[in-house]
Amino acid sequence: MEFITKIGKGTLRQILKMGRMGIFLAKSISCCATPPIKVQLVLKQIQFIGYQSLLVIFLTGAFTGMVLGYQGFNTLSRFGSDAFLGPMVGLALIKEMGPVISALMVTGRAGSSITAEIGIMRISEQIDALQLMGLSPYRYLVAPNFIAAVISVPLLTAIFDVVGIFGGYLIGVKLLGVSSGVYFGEMMSYVEMEDVLEGLFKSLNFGLIIAWVCCFKGYYTGYYTGFGAEGVSTATTQAVVLSSVLILVWDYFLTSTQLFV
Amino acid sequence: MIKVEDLHKSFNGVDVLKGVSLEVKEGELLALIGRSGYGKSVLLKHVAGLLRPDRGRVLVDDQDMCRLRGRELIRVRNRLGFLFQSGALFDSMTVLDNVAFPLREKTRLSEQEIRKKVMVELEQVGLLGSEEKYPSQISGGMVKRASLARALVEEPEIMLIDEPTTGLDPLTGHTILNLIDACHKRLEFSGIVVTHEVPKIFEIVNKVVMLHEGRVIFIGTPEEILSSEDETVQTFVAAGAEWLTHAAAVYPPMLQRRKKDIHAL
Repeated sequence: MEFITKIGKGTLRQILKMGRMGIFLAKSISCCATPPIKVQLVLKQIQFIGYQSLLVIFLTGAFTGMVLGYQGFNTLSRFGSDAFLGPMVGLALIKEMGPVISALMVTGRAGSSITAEIGIMRISEQIDALQLMGLSPYRYLVAPNFIAAVISVPLLTAIFDVVGIFGGYLIGVKLLGVSSGVYFGEMMSYVEMEDVLEGLFKSLNFGLIIAWVCCFKGYYTGYYTGFGAEGVSTATTQAVVLSSVLILVWDYFLTSTQLFV
Repeated sequence: MIKVEDLHKSFNGVDVLKGVSLEVKEGELLALIGRSGYGKSVLLKHVAGLLRPDRGRVLVDDQDMCRLRGRELIRVRNRLGFLFQSGALFDSMTVLDNVAFPLREKTRLSEQEIRKKVMVELEQVGLLGSEEKYPSQISGGMVKRASLARALVEEPEIMLIDEPTTGLDPLTGHTILNLIDACHKRLEFSGIVVTHEVPKIFEIVNKVVMLHEGRVIFIGTPEEILSSEDETVQTFVAAGAEWLTHAAAVYPPMLQRRKKDIHAL
């Protein structure tokens, strides 16, 4: 009986948490859509989420493209189709790997940091101080991250795609002997604007997920985690894990929707 | 100005406040004393609207803080100043930016005017010269003073002060209390001070309330608490006075010098 009670209580707690996350998302979007928007803070967060992630995006993009170049050539040449290396690399990066890997990299680098920063502000009562000044913590802490993530993640994805395509070019053309004209020519024939927009739409969604989950976990540090430094650490870990899982799950739903529309 | 009526609050089944009632009139400064863990800070957070009670009401100028939402709550909070126990300074901003923050965000004053106001406030709390430092670069006492300056820069009508001297050495603690006293006389705000600084706090407040195990066991003037016959009250007040008596007996010349230093500050 006690076991069933525990399951019941646990389930109710999870539903309460999901409801709170939903309300948090609604409040955050409302603050993003209504003035005053803290432009300075938005720019600061774009610099933090976007600009400071460039190096990690370059590296992961380059090596992802290079690996795709190798594996793609290896697979396609079995069917005598190595001429399609360009569109294979292009489509894989633009439609799938670019948005997903960029989002996972940003989650690990910027998302965890956002959770930690807001979490520390929570445990040191800085958020309470903001509220008691009559100011909205959503406008100062959450909305700038939302706007910055939705702007930065698609841009980072685009850079990832470009660098990845070039990485594939280096391996496929320079190393493995595919013709440069064939690589880019076939890519232009088979990659359409629709594919690019699908990829960017996915990355926009992922930017929203990153900001939502990471800000929520930081904001409610102490409610669902322990207090103090351990609470912040737990919140940061949970934010990265939940954000990553949601990105992959939502990617599946977006992909299945896009393929059938 | 502030009225707490039969306040009840529990956390995870543990009763922290068990029917607390008190009143703070306009211009009055009330000391809320009692042993650690008996709900003083919890009570203060109810007055600020940060917590909602299980039962009872908190009225600020006849407005029920428990029912206020949105703009109405903000309107009341704009009249409040709160000094947190930890200071709660924004650690990514300098002392100057911290104190200027509410003015920059809520007023239309020019940067020059804001800076002038902030520097006056920092001078009042003795922090001139530290305005460009970050909270991690200043001492605990300076953090409290900077927080006090930030709370007072908007000239609030109501001040809520949570253990302003905790973690500080006795001299610095007395400095902070003297500052609060000076600011109270200057700005004539109403307020509640949660503190363990007994009997020093009796010199600066108009009323004392003592909490014990979630209930109010004393309400009265500082003179009345010193002559209270309640055993719990006597034990608590005597504990604070004991070291003074001991020091006076053992080190009279040193104590006289210290008293002069504290009053000079």
